[in-house]
Amino acid sequence: MHTQRKKSLILKMEGATKKFGNLIANDNVNFELRKGEIHALLGENGAGKSTLMNCLYGIFPLTKGKIFLNGKEIVINNTQDAIKYGIGMVHQHFMLIEQLTVTENIILGTKQKGPWLDVKTVEKEIKELSDKYRFNIDPQEKIKNLTVGMQQRVEILKTLYRNADIMIFDEATAVLTPQEVNQLFGIIRRLVNEGKSIIMITHKLEEVMEICDRVTVLRNGRMIGSLEVKDTSPRKLANMMVGRDVVLDIARKDKAPGDVALEIKDIVVKDRHGKHLIDGITVQLRKGEILGIAGIDGNGQIELSGVLTGMIPAKQGKVKIGDDDVSGKKAKHFIDKKVSHIPQDRQKTGLIMEFSVMENLILQEHSKSPFCHFGIMNWKEIRRHADNLISEYQIKVPNASVPAKALSGGNQQKVILAREIDRQSNVLIAVQPTRGLDIGATEYVRSKILEQRDKGIAVLLISTELDEILALSDRIAVMYKGKFVDVFKNGKYSREQIGLMMSGVTKDVAINNVC
Amino acid sequence: MKICESAKKIISPVVGVFTGIFVGALIMLIRGFDPLVAYKALFMGAFGSVDNFITTLIKTTPLGLTGLAVLIAYRAGIFNIGCEGQLQLGAIMATVIGVTNYGLSDEMHIIVCIMAAMLAGIMFAMIPAIAKIWRGYNEIVVTMLLNYVAVYFTQFLLQGALREPGQMFPQSARLLVRLPVIFSVKRLHIGIVFFLLASVFLYLLLNQLSFGFRVRAVGLNPNACDYAGISSKRTMLSAMIISGALAGLAGACEVMGVHGRLVENFSPGYGYDAIAVALLANLHPLGVLASALFFGVLRSGAANMQIATNLPVAFVQIVQGVAVICVIILDKLPDYLRSMGRTTNAI
Repeated sequence: MHTQRKKSLILKMEGATKKFGNLIANDNVNFELRKGEIHALLGENGAGKSTLMNCLYGIFPLTKGKIFLNGKEIVINNTQDAIKYGIGMVHQHFMLIEQLTVTENIILGTKQKGPWLDVKTVEKEIKELSDKYRFNIDPQEKIKNLTVGMQQRVEILKTLYRNADIMIFDEATAVLTPQEVNQLFGIIRRLVNEGKSIIMITHKLEEVMEICDRVTVLRNGRMIGSLEVKDTSPRKLANMMVGRDVVLDIARKDKAPGDVALEIKDIVVKDRHGKHLIDGITVQLRKGEILGIAGIDGNGQIELSGVLTGMIPAKQGKVKIGDDDVSGKKAKHFIDKKVSHIPQDRQKTGLIMEFSVMENLILQEHSKSPFCHFGIMNWKEIRRHADNLISEYQIKVPNASVPAKALSGGNQQKVILAREIDRQSNVLIAVQPTRGLDIGATEYVRSKILEQRDKGIAVLLISTELDEILALSDRIAVMYKGKFVDVFKNGKYSREQIGLMMSGVTKDVAINNVC
Repeated sequence: MKICESAKKIISPVVGVFTGIFVGALIMLIRGFDPLVAYKALFMGAFGSVDNFITTLIKTTPLGLTGLAVLIAYRAGIFNIGCEGQLQLGAIMATVIGVTNYGLSDEMHIIVCIMAAMLAGIMFAMIPAIAKIWRGYNEIVVTMLLNYVAVYFTQFLLQGALREPGQMFPQSARLLVRLPVIFSVKRLHIGIVFFLLASVFLYLLLNQLSFGFRVRAVGLNPNACDYAGISSKRTMLSAMIISGALAGLAGACEVMGVHGRLVENFSPGYGYDAIAVALLANLHPLGVLASALFFGVLRSGAANMQIATNLPVAFVQIVQGVAVICVIILDKLPDYLRSMGRTTNAI
């Protein structure tokens, strides 16, 4: 895809600055997009890449700066303006209405000629577009019947239908399986061949290397540089992104696992309608190993973590911690039995956002010595404990009384990590521990999890990021529709084979299909 | 950061009270009344003499106790606006026990009356609590509707079972015991001490006890609590028990301290004003001391204001209302301004 020929400039943002009150989200950014290229906008979370693109798409106006389209200055005040100038955006969180059909969703918000809805004509147009780019989408299908990958195509169709020439993809691969990512990349290449220009907002280096022509790196709202992808390397990009050298691959020492710390047998969980969310899972978790649960969101992983922490009672089956049968026991019991838990959603279930850091650090242990004697809190000791953990885990916070909501995502996760590790548990259930974190924080969280394993703690890692599973796990279980497709040693199957298993292909087909 | 937060907690009620007084003055001017005369009469009515001041304190007591009742439930995440009902039930129970001779010493009889009233308040608070915690019914609707049930139940009893034998008025017989009096002028009863103790107790409970830690945690995020092994259900239930007990105690104080018997309309809606009292105090137990006094002043001074200026007693509700709305707006204002800045920042 790397074309040598210098392409003409289609879009230019000059001195783009965006302030929110005192916060400078973008500071004098110069961004250039050439016609027919795939341009990556790379940066950590909070680097300002989404803000810059939201300004371009008219979600909010720039504080300062100019935008040129084909050499002419344009003003974008709202999304209508952006659409008028042929700029389209495929959002990370789809803006689709589940109960409506593909066509109905695409018509929404477009101007109609006359008062009547002409669904038939639009349907025909959408079908033509879909065929042209090989989207394979039925315009009459309801959104709720489509997979996530297909829904994303509907979002792409929406922008195409509005005649977008410049298409912005916001973290487009975040919710896709490896196979779906490949298909998306195919689509993007076809779009470029048809003369579209693509901007990809991403924080994944592999994506930049695989599909993009050029890359612009942002850090702390400032532009660090713009370069040709063929002239760079992942290490160099990571360095530009973070501002220092980063360890991309963590060394995992080989280690023989110990005794069984946690065991589940024939677990079944059903929802209110009797549908099986977990359908007969049996697995053992040993001390000093990391068992990674791979799978696409919504295949029962969250329910599994619920069973293992006492949040969800299993209707059938047994849960054992060490030699104790804890089936049907409540979360409190699991906590007392030394099971730690990094929940999926740190803001909703991991922390109390309005509580101070020191209060959040004692959520489980607040009524135990030394934090509490005879029901009376010992705030001096609580603060001392918090100060210790803040320095040990390098939590960036002015003091222990600051509410958790004032912390960045990475530091919030560090608070949870500090709390759960400090409890000296035997088992650690980590669910999406690095979701939404920047490279630096991700690196830190992963190294801490590995450290726990090396200390002999049994770790269950649930992640939808296959890279994370592959980087950390000793053993991997692939979960699909509430069942384990297979449990195997890390390294036995290739990334592609595991990806196929995640998408529901049986194990044999998956192994034979990709070699 | 911390100082800033606590300063805001005090500033917004103060600003609210002054805004309420100011808006009230504006309306008086528009209607052709002299605000200075009116407010002076109000002030004198509340503080002008020992008698008046004690009336103010007596009116402050039920407002304060029910205000604390709203507060503790709210801090645990339950909006208990049924304090009026729980107060009514407390008053009924205190009357039932109070008019009967059990052969107890007076002191014991008083204690039993108070206990029974608190228990009645608790039982009545358990209905919405259980409906909310285990069945998910909206506690605002349930408590509000139960208020009507309680008020009409009181009237029903005063028409029949509890009416003083041989009398026509809808009122009960005299209680055999009254609450101890701490100041003989105007019968300042011991209820005000209960209120002071309760607010200090709740302050310590919320900030120094592990139970208070759980209450605050559950009120802010019950989900995270369940993950951390804190039972949100049990904590909410406990907070509602305290809430019902305080409201029931307020009912007992009115019957045993003020009227000496159960009379029709003995509560002019103390349990409703309690919501405003708690909100004006920014949900701080010690703040309730001030906000309840403010409401007590308005209530006890209003009659004097009416005599002096012909402004109706109900006028003070404008001042109350504006003050509370102000506090709510001031609490949300910084967030709102921030979001405004986000959308309309200089183009």
